[in-house]
Amino acid sequence: MSEKRTLIDLSPREAVAAREIALRYGNKPDALLEILHDLQEQVGFIPEGTLPVLAKALNLSRAEVHGVVTFYHDFRRQPAGRHVIKVCRAEACQSMGGNHLVAMIERYLEVKLGQTTADGAITVEAVYCLGNCALSPAIMVDDRLVGRVDAAKFEKIVAECKA
Amino acid sequence: MIKVYVPRDSAARSVGADEVASAIARLPGVQVVRNGSRGLLWLEPMVEVETAQGRIAYGPVTAADIASLSASGFLSGAAHALRLGNIEDHPYLKNQERLTFARCGITDPVSVADYVAHDGFEGLRKALGLSGAAAVAEVTESGLRGRGGAGFPTGIKWKTVHDAVADQKYICCNADEGDSGTFADRMVMEGDPLMLIEGMTIAGIAVGATRGYVYIRSEYPDAIATMKEAIDAAQTAGWLGANLQSSGKSFHLEVRRGAGAYICGEETAMLESLEGRRGMVRPKPPIPALAGLFGKPTVINNVLSFAAIPYILAKGGAAYKNYGMGRSRGTLPFQLAGNIKQGGLVEKAFGVTLRQLVEDFGGGTFTGRPLHAIQVGGPLGSYIPSSQLDLPMDYEAFAAAGAMVGHGGLVVFDDSVDMAAQARFAMEFCAVESCGKCTPCRIGSTRGVEVIDKIVAGQNREANLELLSDLCQTMTDGSLCAMGGLTPMPVMSAVKHFPEDFDKPAQMAAE
Repeated sequence: MSEKRTLIDLSPREAVAAREIALRYGNKPDALLEILHDLQEQVGFIPEGTLPVLAKALNLSRAEVHGVVTFYHDFRRQPAGRHVIKVCRAEACQSMGGNHLVAMIERYLEVKLGQTTADGAITVEAVYCLGNCALSPAIMVDDRLVGRVDAAKFEKIVAECKA
Repeated sequence: MIKVYVPRDSAARSVGADEVASAIARLPGVQVVRNGSRGLLWLEPMVEVETAQGRIAYGPVTAADIASLSASGFLSGAAHALRLGNIEDHPYLKNQERLTFARCGITDPVSVADYVAHDGFEGLRKALGLSGAAAVAEVTESGLRGRGGAGFPTGIKWKTVHDAVADQKYICCNADEGDSGTFADRMVMEGDPLMLIEGMTIAGIAVGATRGYVYIRSEYPDAIATMKEAIDAAQTAGWLGANLQSSGKSFHLEVRRGAGAYICGEETAMLESLEGRRGMVRPKPPIPALAGLFGKPTVINNVLSFAAIPYILAKGGAAYKNYGMGRSRGTLPFQLAGNIKQGGLVEKAFGVTLRQLVEDFGGGTFTGRPLHAIQVGGPLGSYIPSSQLDLPMDYEAFAAAGAMVGHGGLVVFDDSVDMAAQARFAMEFCAVESCGKCTPCRIGSTRGVEVIDKIVAGQNREANLELLSDLCQTMTDGSLCAMGGLTPMPVMSAVKHFPEDFDKPAQMAAE
């Protein structure tokens, strides 16, 4: 985990990225979510120091940008592991043993949901529904959906992530 | 070249469709088409081979099966343990009434030529020749009600926007399909996205809106990519953008990504999010039809509502209205999910019973244990006990039974479920996903978790059950939107139908 960043230690690369992405959306404030998504894809997270840069570009207050970043589950304020595994905790997956799957994953990776493995390979997170409810339990590995997850499948996925 | 279809639907991909597709593509003389899913999801990846006898299906196929399939001659539709026969004759499909999903799984989702060859854009073509008011009247005639869950008559909503005077109006599609047990929106966007584009464009022409947004949840990366691809294809073919098919009318459509907030499926929170803000619910009035996106008159409909529109315009409102029962007209694509043997998409006219859906189509539970409860209509829907399986799927019949049809998702549970834990989860989910604007939802959900914990622990059980019921009433009456307003539905239905699960000490004593 990196410590909290400030404007002063913001790398110019991140500020430039934020400015460029905002410009790509015409500096329109209604595109803020799109801009944050793109920024996170490029940088890996939303660095604290990019908030004033975005606020200035979109003619918003820093508080407004902060409010949006903190409201939505997707935006992370710290870097994640190299891979992100989202585990569905919603009802359809529960009906197929989703809660047992979560417990198994937590034991296997020795982390709780929301944490990153010690080697920095995997961040595991809770998600509420991936739309794969007929093939539960489901997880998402980065952008790849996986259905009918069991111990064997999960072990294989972890091995791929750690490779 | 032999055409072989392997779905690109993300459910099919989640069980290995990509690997299957690349293994088949390596066979000589084969052209692989990535279609949408037919919705027989327990058979995915389902491969279809085009033969003189129709499309012969095999499934569920893994990449490891390709060698044996190939050896037995599946490319000419030959026998194999995985052979399902002509897919059109499969009872799961044959017994459905597919109006909205008529094309899904048959065509290449992003091919405009394929779409047009399968009756695509007929509705829009018709709408371009009609006045806005006439197009709205056709929708009103169909009896279509909002498929997102609320069931508000679509025609009335459209008329309000049509009659409003403004320099700009908008069409917004709510594709923030966050309800557990639902995936029909995703299947439309991944399997027949041009139908959604057509439906939204018709809405634009009918009410006089030139701009539209599809708000898709970020948990659906495939749907986002496919929608964008389809929008580009429609634009290139002149079915979207300026001067549609030289009619002088224009409609511009854009995809916007959500960011993992369930509440943004609530229409006013979605508007806030589309405007780049926190997804905080807006009080109504004003209704979005009069003051919606950027304060302008806005049609907000669910994916399935827009997806029903092309059929209604092409075949007429009366044809759609012929299906259904009571005031629930037309069909609903039901989604069989959770602990079910044959999960998937079943489009049926309203009036079909829960039993027909989960037993005849679904084949009972996946685990083979007795069916105990079905949650219908997402995380805010009631738990229905196995004794009420003969309830017909109808907005009014469900409301009378203290339940809701919602978006048509059915999550099946077997008898290993602990209903007190499910009730607790409903409150917990509400606490996680509440936007925080109103107190009953923000605070009530947390208090709800605590009270349920006390009940389960046997502390002052009677008094705390009374308190839970009172809290639920407050949430129902006092919440700004359906999030806090409907969370009591799963909670109180669990208490009502499964009281034994809330009386652990007594249960333990009895055992």
